[in-house]
Amino acid sequence: MTIDTPASTTASSVRGTSTPATRVLGVLSIAMTLWLGVFGLLLSPADRDQGDAVRIMYVHVPSVWLAYLAFIVTAFASAVHLFGRRHSLQADRVAGASAEIGVVFMAVTLVTGMLWGRITWGVYWQWDARLTTTALLFISYVGYLAVRGLEGSREQRARRSAIVGLLAVLEVPLVHWSVKLWRSLHQEATVLGTDLDVSLDGLMLFSLFVGVVAFTLLFLWLLLHRSRMLTMIDLSAESGLDTALAQRRAEGGASV
Amino acid sequence: MSSPSRLQVARVVFAKDVRIERRSKGLTSKIMPFAVVTIVLFAFALDGDVILQRTAPGLVWLAMLFSSMIIVQRSFALETADGALDALRVAGADMSAVFWGKCFALVIQLLVLELVLLAGAIVMYGIELRGSGVVLLVTSSISATCGLSAVSTIYAGLASGVRGRESLLPLLVLPVASPVLIGATRAAEAAFGTGGTVVSEGWPWLGVLSVFAVVFGFGGSLAFGPLIDD
Repeated sequence: MTIDTPASTTASSVRGTSTPATRVLGVLSIAMTLWLGVFGLLLSPADRDQGDAVRIMYVHVPSVWLAYLAFIVTAFASAVHLFGRRHSLQADRVAGASAEIGVVFMAVTLVTGMLWGRITWGVYWQWDARLTTTALLFISYVGYLAVRGLEGSREQRARRSAIVGLLAVLEVPLVHWSVKLWRSLHQEATVLGTDLDVSLDGLMLFSLFVGVVAFTLLFLWLLLHRSRMLTMIDLSAESGLDTALAQRRAEGGASV
Repeated sequence: MSSPSRLQVARVVFAKDVRIERRSKGLTSKIMPFAVVTIVLFAFALDGDVILQRTAPGLVWLAMLFSSMIIVQRSFALETADGALDALRVAGADMSAVFWGKCFALVIQLLVLELVLLAGAIVMYGIELRGSGVVLLVTSSISATCGLSAVSTIYAGLASGVRGRESLLPLLVLPVASPVLIGATRAAEAAFGTGGTVVSEGWPWLGVLSVFAVVFGFGGSLAFGPLIDD
């Protein structure tokens, strides 16, 4: 098994995780997010039925998109690690970084969804198929991150988490199917239906589009930084022992 | 000497696990009492015959799920305590065969536990099994148990020999096992006729449970080798 470290990179020689490309990406995603704020809060109209609550959607929809994108990237990177000839550890770090970002944005999705639900449906939670699947998905990826935190070598961590990452792909459709069947057979009477017939106004749709683009850029930006960060953590763990030995030797030499 | 076939390895591992369980009496002395206490505590928490009868299938399967966590931890604690899994690997045993052996030993233990829990629910919650629901109850319980065992064996293999596995295993298994809980509960409700359900409502759930068992059975037999092989 190869341990691929970026050429000519050591923990001490790297000063940060940014490069000109990530700086541009960062500026772009901040600019897009500000633009989203302007569109979402000021320019787009309030909804006829939902009022200003509809503005939550401009964060909710892009963050769920980002979370799904992140989990797809995790699954893909896990497959690259597991089935690739080199068993690339870089792919494993990308999978880990992506899952971390996905979990954060899944949490954002759940919280914003609950707030919107409280205002629009009158309740924070509905046991409908989509909400339940989303909550279980969130917990599953928290479990995935727990697996990444287990003791063991980096190769062990990479293989374990790649398998768990791919098993999650098996799990999602099964959970969704069963929850959907559960809800369709045992539909309880609800005062407010969960299906709102929403035909989006043009400006609203455009604001959502801005949100999706902004969050995609944000995802790429965070992913690059976080996976580089994980590389540095691995490198520093690798060189940590050598550095400590050199320091002790220097101390010993100085005291003699 | 020729190396043993997969089937032989699976059979030996299965027989070993069942024999250890029979001799150590862990199932009867620790897990069954735990499961029965859970059933009794549910009755304390949900005071009232009507509520208990309505929720009995769900309570039985919740108690099953929690007890299965203990059984599967025990099953892998045996393997890691003396490095038995490493020894199996060094001996060249096929890891997918080990997976099937351990998985089926778990199925047998869980089925025994299920019988006890169902009997407990019938006696203590006052639910009645209809003659027409027996086939549904038996088939759905067997497929639910196979699915649950497969998932638990995969993740227990992953968490075996790691510190803090007691808390990690439920976090990994319970979300994945939620289709089993939903499917087995709904099928059992149809079999018992709780809440005015009819037996025919239970059959789609048998489909869900079977697909789950097949997917995670094969997923597990593929993944188990690489998971243990460290």
